[in-house]
Amino acid sequence: MIKSPLKSKVDSRDGKLAMAHLYVAFIALLVGGLAGLLQVLVRSGKFQLPAGIGYYQILTVHGVVLGLVLTTFFIMGFQLSVVSKTAGTFTGKQRTVGWIGFWIMTIGTIAAAVMILLNKASVLYTFYAPLQAHFIFYLGLTLVVVGSWTVGAAIIMKYAEWRRANPGQQSPLLTFMALVNTLMWIVATIGVAATVLIQLLPWSLGWVDTVNVAVSRTLFWYFGHPLVYFWLLPAYMVWYAIIPKIIGGKIFSDSLARMSFILFLLFSIPVGFHHQLLEPGIDAAWKFLQVVLTFAVVIPSLMTAFSLFASFETFGRSKGAKGLFGWLKKLPWGDARFTVPFIGMVAFIPAGAGGIVNASHQMNQVIHNTIWVTGHFHLTVATAVVLTFFGAAFWLVPHLTGRKLTKKMNKLALIQGSLWAIGMTFMSGAMHAAGLLGAPRRSAFSDYGGSAQAAEWIPYQIAQAVGGSILFIAIILMLYIFINLAFFAPKGEQEFPVGEALHPEEKAPMVFENWKLWLGITVLLILFAYTIPFIDLIQNAPPGSKGFKLW
Amino acid sequence: MHLDEKIWLTLSFGMIMAFMVITGYQTFALEMGPPSNNELIDPQKVDETAPFNEPGIKQIGENEYEVVMTLQVFSFNPMDIEVPAGSTVHFTLTSKDVVHGFEIAGTNVNAMVMPGHIQKITQKFDEPGKYLVLCNEYCGAGHQVMSTTITVK
Repeated sequence: MIKSPLKSKVDSRDGKLAMAHLYVAFIALLVGGLAGLLQVLVRSGKFQLPAGIGYYQILTVHGVVLGLVLTTFFIMGFQLSVVSKTAGTFTGKQRTVGWIGFWIMTIGTIAAAVMILLNKASVLYTFYAPLQAHFIFYLGLTLVVVGSWTVGAAIIMKYAEWRRANPGQQSPLLTFMALVNTLMWIVATIGVAATVLIQLLPWSLGWVDTVNVAVSRTLFWYFGHPLVYFWLLPAYMVWYAIIPKIIGGKIFSDSLARMSFILFLLFSIPVGFHHQLLEPGIDAAWKFLQVVLTFAVVIPSLMTAFSLFASFETFGRSKGAKGLFGWLKKLPWGDARFTVPFIGMVAFIPAGAGGIVNASHQMNQVIHNTIWVTGHFHLTVATAVVLTFFGAAFWLVPHLTGRKLTKKMNKLALIQGSLWAIGMTFMSGAMHAAGLLGAPRRSAFSDYGGSAQAAEWIPYQIAQAVGGSILFIAIILMLYIFINLAFFAPKGEQEFPVGEALHPEEKAPMVFENWKLWLGITVLLILFAYTIPFIDLIQNAPPGSKGFKLW
Repeated sequence: MHLDEKIWLTLSFGMIMAFMVITGYQTFALEMGPPSNNELIDPQKVDETAPFNEPGIKQIGENEYEVVMTLQVFSFNPMDIEVPAGSTVHFTLTSKDVVHGFEIAGTNVNAMVMPGHIQKITQKFDEPGKYLVLCNEYCGAGHQVMSTTITVK
């Protein structure tokens, strides 16, 4: 058994750094949530945006602010906290690196946000060329990515220091997980950095006339799918390693958790083509190869599902639960730190199943670019991930600010989670249904020239507006809870729950910490999946495209 | 490893393998793979390049038609196509500006149409009716009005 320097409290200097990230994340929640509310209202057909604000401008705000800003800032703040807690307080130098990263990300966010608000960048968060935004938008996003690498560097430095101080020992589970996610993020963001720095920035500055559209889309999606795993893995950290402690149980298997994280590192990157299945210029066989790799990444999620429910059942039975499902009754349903993430876990079951449909080569054709896809990722990132982040904030924020989650706030948090579940059932359910009928995603309200088919979609769009409005109320409630926990809750000591393994004597094999091996395999898989089709896209390139500003 | 864990992992692997085999069989044996045509065109010279210099519908066999179509902000050319029920229609598509989507609601026709690339997709229309054709990739301020129809008589 390793004696990790598990202090009872995260050092207050590390806490300040983590909280700085969380403040930005929750401001992003307010701005992005408001944009989302306006979108569902516009699409209901009953409401028009005032003052010449464009639907697609609002949509760009929603995607960038929630998909990139909220997630990245929350994740960095969360990962800094778990590393500080389980591997020990950051050194002054490491913390300075973290602060530099935070400010680079924040400056980048402000730069990109200003361009969106000036309507110079209504290109959505995927910024598909040859739609051409103002160069400052691309520069801002680059700074967000570079800043995240810098914060990541602080985590890597802390991990390396821990390993040097504890030779031959496995690192603390949460530190290991944060490191895997950081490494995966760095490898993945190379793609988006490449398209922005080599293609889009010179092109938007007018240094080159044209851009290779297929190459830029391919580099974007090389990054775009691991991005969703970058969102998901911190939620898995909470599910694997923190929730068991909250319910009073144990982590089912430390090795299984590490193995599933390594599998995510290997398989979440060489799968971007499944976002490009309907594009010309990429051979169907290469697309199929990446579909197979996409299916492979389902395995660690199924392992996660098993491990979670096994730890719940083990806990319930240890409390004397009888029968097949008696253990469910023993779970602490009155504790928002458990129940809110649990709603997220349940949402991940249909979300994952829908994801397999999306990845399935030909079935993708039925739903590609329909609002089904929007419904899908509002279950994954906007329910499973976000509710888990909220569930973590309920203890992390008061822990870092030296306050306590009161009974009253806990109750509000439970209401918040329930409202989210209700709102999302309406909104995501209606999105899935309308998508199957063909309703497109990313479109302002349209009756498509009085089309009878499009008329069938409108009741679903009204249901989306109802669900979206309920979700907005849940967001306001969440912000109220956050502000309370950050500034007004009574002073006290809120526990930072870190789970212990059911069988601590079973040590995970040290091979899990062999980063040369895992990064080597990761790079090999990427080269295998991408080299030939990518060279083909460059060698057999059409004349490039000039930029268009069409909003 | 726990026995239940082994059972679960075996089922998981089996299910995933089945998905791989089915999608692979459909793609390679039944030729149901997604639209992946690989022909290039100069996006600045679409109007001068055959076949897009003459967009339109052409009968190429009994119950078989070819539609050569350009997509541009925020329209399709040709618009409002008509074909008899039971026709097989081969669409040849390209974009004159940004990336567009080509979706026929109520069918499985769904393809990305990118500048510089010629995309192809085929559909047999059995059911008579008026089908909505729309752009499903964001292409600018008028994206939501970019639509036309295919009438099957």
